[in-house]
Amino acid sequence: MKKILQRREVVNFLLHERDDLLVVAGLGAPAWDITAAGDHPLSFPLWGAMGGAAMIGLGLAMAQPKRNVLVVTGDGEMLMGLGSLAVIGAHKPANLSIVVLDNEHYGETGMQKTVTGLGVDLVGMAKSAGLAQSMLVANKSDLENLRNEIYKKGKARSGTLFGQVKVGSDKLPLVLPPRDGVYLKNRFRIALLGTEKALA
Amino acid sequence: MVPDAGHANLIRLCEADKKMKVVRLTSEEQGVSLLGGAWLGGEKGILLMQSSGVGNCINMLSLSTSCQMPLVILITMRGDHGEFNPSQVPMGNATETVLSAMGVLVRRGDTHEAVVEEVAGALHMAFNTSRPIAVLIGQKVTGAKDFRKLTH
Repeated sequence: MKKILQRREVVNFLLHERDDLLVVAGLGAPAWDITAAGDHPLSFPLWGAMGGAAMIGLGLAMAQPKRNVLVVTGDGEMLMGLGSLAVIGAHKPANLSIVVLDNEHYGETGMQKTVTGLGVDLVGMAKSAGLAQSMLVANKSDLENLRNEIYKKGKARSGTLFGQVKVGSDKLPLVLPPRDGVYLKNRFRIALLGTEKALA
Repeated sequence: MVPDAGHANLIRLCEADKKMKVVRLTSEEQGVSLLGGAWLGGEKGILLMQSSGVGNCINMLSLSTSCQMPLVILITMRGDHGEFNPSQVPMGNATETVLSAMGVLVRRGDTHEAVVEEVAGALHMAFNTSRPIAVLIGQKVTGAKDFRKLTH
């Protein structure tokens, strides 16, 4: 039997030596995962806004075309915001990557099944929305490929990258980011824009 | 923006303005999160929708309020003065209550002059005091649509 990827290992691998990457994480486990990899001022973990992570990534990518933006979210969060794939597909900013950690369950609400475990194909949906570079990631070699693509810059990128990473559904220790949204917003803007512009 | 007949001229002007980027949303709450991300990245935007889309935004507005992000929403009213379509009335009637309940400041213009004044004030206030503000554009300004007349 093939070894299924573990979400914390996936996120640690993707965020190790993260260069100048801007990171948005969907609520719940993805927010704990990016925090377990090391809290960072240029990380914006969500505590709510379910279904909005990919659109926050789009807004950020359009505002900062020279910086790479990574959205790390879960299958449940992505499924709630599927329409955003259509909006992103119409723009396809090449500095945006969306990585869905797909454990086929709603982890925060008692591990109910999501529809990705019942045959719904997120990679197919992303491709149909116009995100040509959409990949299913199921093993270490796929994951290395995903990381290489996420960190490519400028003209080496061909459009928005979408990765659906199949991960296990083990219950993991909570590693909580700061909860104060004003703090998370201000530290992100100060780190990105400088204090004067961020607080103008 | 999510298209609305009342915003049609404004959308055309935005599309013609090379300094602006127009993003076509498929549902209104996408604009709340999109502009939240843009603000994180140091950009300003404005969200256009009609009142029937306000209900789609309710939970996403928690992003603007809990993070104190500036957000200006221009909302053309349906289910308002002289409405023809019964299905527009419930959300139109609830628009102001719903926005207020989510912590969004609500301003309203029922004449062209008042709309201009309220939008200018909302832009100034939202970006200087970091909060979501909606400006409702009354149906007296945009005119009520009557489908029976449109078919003639």
